Amino acid sequence: MSSFWNIWVWVLTLGTLVGCFTLLRYCLKNFAGVPEGESMGHTFDGIEELNNPLPQWWSTFFLLTIIWAFGYLALYGLGNWTGFIGWKSSNQGILSLAESKAQVIAAKENGYLVQYDREIEAADIKYGPIFDGYAARTIEDLATDKEALKVGQRLYLQNCSQCHGSNASGTTGFPNLTDKDWLYGGDPQSIKHSLLYGRNANGMIAWGAALGGDQGVKEVTAYVLSLSGREVDVASAAAGKEKFALCASCHGADGKGSLAMGIPLGAPNLTDNIWLYGGSQRAVESSIKNGRAGVMPAWKDILGEQKIHLVSAYVYSLSQK
Amino acid sequence: MKNKHEKFEKSVGLFAIFTVLAISIGGLVEITPLFFQKATTTPVDNLRPYTALEMEGRDIYIREGCNVCHSQMIRPFRAETERYGHYSVAGEGVWEHPFLWGSKRTGPDLARVGGRYSDDWHRAHLLDPRSVVPESNMPSFKWLAENKLDGELTEKKLTTFNFLTRNRSHKDEQGNRIPLYSADDLAGAKAAVKDKTEMEALIAYLQSLGHALK
Repeated sequence: MSSFWNIWVWVLTLGTLVGCFTLLRYCLKNFAGVPEGESMGHTFDGIEELNNPLPQWWSTFFLLTIIWAFGYLALYGLGNWTGFIGWKSSNQGILSLAESKAQVIAAKENGYLVQYDREIEAADIKYGPIFDGYAARTIEDLATDKEALKVGQRLYLQNCSQCHGSNASGTTGFPNLTDKDWLYGGDPQSIKHSLLYGRNANGMIAWGAALGGDQGVKEVTAYVLSLSGREVDVASAAAGKEKFALCASCHGADGKGSLAMGIPLGAPNLTDNIWLYGGSQRAVESSIKNGRAGVMPAWKDILGEQKIHLVSAYVYSLSQK
Repeated sequence: MKNKHEKFEKSVGLFAIFTVLAISIGGLVEITPLFFQKATTTPVDNLRPYTALEMEGRDIYIREGCNVCHSQMIRPFRAETERYGHYSVAGEGVWEHPFLWGSKRTGPDLARVGGRYSDDWHRAHLLDPRSVVPESNMPSFKWLAENKLDGELTEKKLTTFNFLTRNRSHKDEQGNRIPLYSADDLAGAKAAVKDKTEMEALIAYLQSLGHALK
C-alpha cells in the first residue's frame, strides 16, 4: 500500500475512534443548563422531556467497544502495519502458482504461515502419512483394502461421477467402469495412466464421405452389427464387410478393437454388443457417418498422483467383482 | 438555540448529510484503497483475454443467470481447495466486468471448471443435466444448441473491454500497456463467432475458466 493510502486508512480509522470517544464525552456532559432530572421546558401531548443523562450501562458499553477496537487493531493491524499477531487469511498478492508455492516455502522458513497454509500443514501432518502408506502399496493390493476403497470412492464421487455416474455404470458417451470392456486397458497401470494423463485420442473421424455416402454407411453398419450376432440384411453386410477394411486399421480385421491388437488407441471392440454411443442401427450409423471423439481429461494436476493411485484402486476394484 | 444538537435534529437535510458521512467511513477505509492497490489491479502472469467466442459465451452465462446458482470464487479453506483447486486471487479477476463471483452455490463453484470435463460432457449436461448426473437439479438449457450467434456486437464488446482494462492490462518490456485485443483480434471478432451456436460459445467460456492459475 502506498504511503498515501496507508495514511488514509490510519487517519480515518483512528479519527473515527477518537471522534466516537469525543462525542461520547460531549454527550455525557450536562450542557443544557438544567439540573439533572428537571424539565427541559419541552412538552407535547402531555409528554414532558426531562434532562436525563445517557444510561450508565449504555455509555459504558459504548466505551468498551472503543477499547475493543484498539485491542483488535493492535492484534490484526492497520494499513501497512500487520499488527502484533500478523494474521493473514491467504496470500492474495500472488501472480502465479509458482509464486504461491514459493511464498509458502519462504513462510515456513520464517516460521510463520498464513491461516490457509496452517490449515493445509495441519492436514498434511494428519493425512500425509495415510496417503504415503497407500502410495507405497500396489493398486491390486489396495483394491482389496476396504478402508482404501472407501477413500477412493469418495474421491471418485467428488471428481469422476459427473461423467461416469455415481455407480460408475456410465451413460451414453461416457464409459461404464464396472464391466470388463475397456477401451485403453483395465489393468491397474492402464487405469492409472488414463487418470493421470487423460485420454485425448483424436477419436474416430467422420467416415460418411469416404464410405461413399449414406449407402456405404448403411452397409458398414449392417456388417458391424452382424459382428455381435445381430440379425442384419445379409447382402448389405456382405457389401459392408468389404468396406470394413478401412475400419480394420483401428478396430482390427476381426473387429475386436485396438486393445485386442495390443495398441491402446481407444477403438472399441465391435463384437461384444457393448455400445458406448448406443447400439441401435441409427446410433451406429451416426457414429460411422459423423465420427466420435470422447475425451477423458487429465487429472494429474488437479488431484495429484497419490489420490489418483487410490481412485485407480477403486476403479480397478469395480470390474474385479 | 439553547442546544447545539438541535441544529442537526431539526434540519432533515443536514442530518441526512452527516448520517451519510458517518456510514460511508467504513467503505472509504475498506473499499476505496483497493481500487489503487497493486494486488487488486495487477493481472496474474498467465491471465489471457477471453477469445471472441469465450466473450460471447460469458454474456450467455450472464444472460442465463448461471452466476445465480454457481459461484466463481474459491475461498482459502482446505475444504474448498481440495475440491476446486487453488483459492481464487484478486489478480485473476482484474479484467472481469462485471465480476461473476456469485454469492450462492446451488451448484458447484465454477472458478476452475475449465478442463475438468470434456466438451462432450458439457454439451450433454447443458442439454439435459440428468442424462449424466441423475441427482442434479440444474435446469436444462436446450435452446443454446439451436440459437446461433450473429456476431454483430462482438467487436464492440472487445473494444469496450480494451477500454475498461486500459490501466490494468499486461505490460510489454518497455512497460507500455498491451491492449487485451489487437486490431487483428477486433477485425476478426465477428467472423470468429458468426454462426457458432450459443452452446459452443458457453462451453468455450466454461473451458477457459481458471486457466490463469493451474
